[in-house]
This record gives sequence, structure tokens and C-alpha cells, in this order.
Amino acid sequence: MSTAPTAPARPAGTLYRGREGMWSWVAHRVTGFAIFFFLLVHVLDTSLVRVSPEAYNDVIGTYKNPIMGLGEAGLVLAIVFHAFNGLRIILVDFWWQGTRYQRVMLWVVMGLVVVTMAGFLPRHLMNVFGGH
Amino acid sequence: MTTIADPKAPRPSRPGPTRRSTHGNTEMVAWLFMRVSGVILVVLIFGHLFVNLVQGEGINAIDFGFVAGKWASPFWQVWDLLMLWLAMIHGANGVRTIISDYAEKDSTRIVLKSLLYVATVVVIVLGTLVIFTFDPCPPNSPTDLLPSFCER
Repeated sequence: MSTAPTAPARPAGTLYRGREGMWSWVAHRVTGFAIFFFLLVHVLDTSLVRVSPEAYNDVIGTYKNPIMGLGEAGLVLAIVFHAFNGLRIILVDFWWQGTRYQRVMLWVVMGLVVVTMAGFLPRHLMNVFGGH
Repeated sequence: MTTIADPKAPRPSRPGPTRRSTHGNTEMVAWLFMRVSGVILVVLIFGHLFVNLVQGEGINAIDFGFVAGKWASPFWQVWDLLMLWLAMIHGANGVRTIISDYAEKDSTRIVLKSLLYVATVVVIVLGTLVIFTFDPCPPNSPTDLLPSFCER
């Protein structure tokens, strides 16, 4: 008579369970979506080489200003995360221990992203802001 | 009173294949494609970013001459062609999944997916044509904009 009915441990009516699994899935979607739209624009701007050297150089010149430089850093961050997390998804799917270590692997992914960006960012930002 | 059929009773077998639909096959191929193309794209795109943004002067070196110099070699033509096709199909399939997940009305889904497929085909065809019909030394262009191997 003293035991009150306990609330269910799992949220009802949703598949969203929070924590590393869900948030890495959200981040994978958001980065993938953003990269795809950049890719559409990127093929179009590269296609200007077929118009004339001047047209291509004009448009690519706009990529070299500081604001676009920061945008490129964000783009590379999105790509690096999507790449390493994609490899993690493959391991979750195909490695027999994958689901057991999915959480650890996300932290490995984040570590690799930090290391890769630590290598890329100083060099890129020097190219963008370092005068020319 | 309704009678519920005995679940253990023998039933006539369903005609046709045992699976309810063949739809799963296409989706399985798409699922596998995402993983196979993903691995290849990691190599292709990391290589692309390294050569274009890290090596030498990075982004400051990119101009018409830089692109012309790269595409003078079949190696980079094949690299970029593979990257274009794999990334576009990989990305289009990802966006297709997102549309299926969030666009609930049939008509919305059809419109969005049609736009996606048209854009994908246009960009793949355009990019492929550019890689193969590109002239690194277009006539009547200022020589200082062209790669050094162009005859004046």
C-alpha cells in the first residue's frame, strides 16, 4: 500500500531518446543537409571556368574575403564531423561490437574533429587574414 | 459473437514472393550505397580540401590558372568526376530521406523530391560537361590569367 505507481522510465510516444545517439544523428542530418546545398553552389561556381577566366576569378575572389573565410572554416568543420561520424555509423552497422561502443566512438569522433581542426584552422585563418 | 481464428491453424500460403514488397530491396541498395560512397568520399574530399585549402598558399592560390593546371592531368579529372557523382548522389539520397521524414503531405513530398531530382541531374550533367569540355587555354584571354603551359 506504500508503493506509489512509478512513472515509466522511458518517454512514451517518441523515438527520440536524447543523449549521444540522438544528438549525433541530429548533427549528422544538419551537417549533411548544409553540405549538400554548398555542393550545389560549388559546382555552379566552378562551372564558370567554362565561361571565361575573368568570370571564374571574379566569383572565386568573393570566397577570399574574411567573412567567407569564416564560412569556409564552418564548412570544413561540418565536413570533418560528417566524415568521422559517418565512419562511426558504418562501424555501428557492421562491427559486431559497434552498438556497444557507439557512445565511446562518438567521443573518439569529437576528438578527431578537434585534432583535424587544430591542424586546419591556423593555416586557413592565416591564409584568409594574414594579408597577401 | 466473433470468432477469432486459431493463430496456430494452418493457413493457405500467400501467393507470390514471401516478402510483402520488393520496395525493401531498393532501400537496401540505397542504404549500402551511403556507406560505400561515404568511405570513398572521405578520401576524395579530404584530399580535395588538403590540395585546395592547405597546401601552398591555400585558398589564395585558387584561380583559373590553378583549376586549369589541375584539370590538365587526367588524375584530377577522374578524381573530381568521381567526387562530383558520388557526392551528388550521396547528398541527394540523404536529402530524399529527410524529405520523406518531414514532409507529411503527399503533394509536398512529390514537389520537393521532383525539385531535388531535377537539381541533382542538372548539377551532375553540368559538372561532368565542364570537366570534359574544359579548355585550359581559351583563345583571346589575357595570358596572365592562364596557366603557364599555354602558348601565347
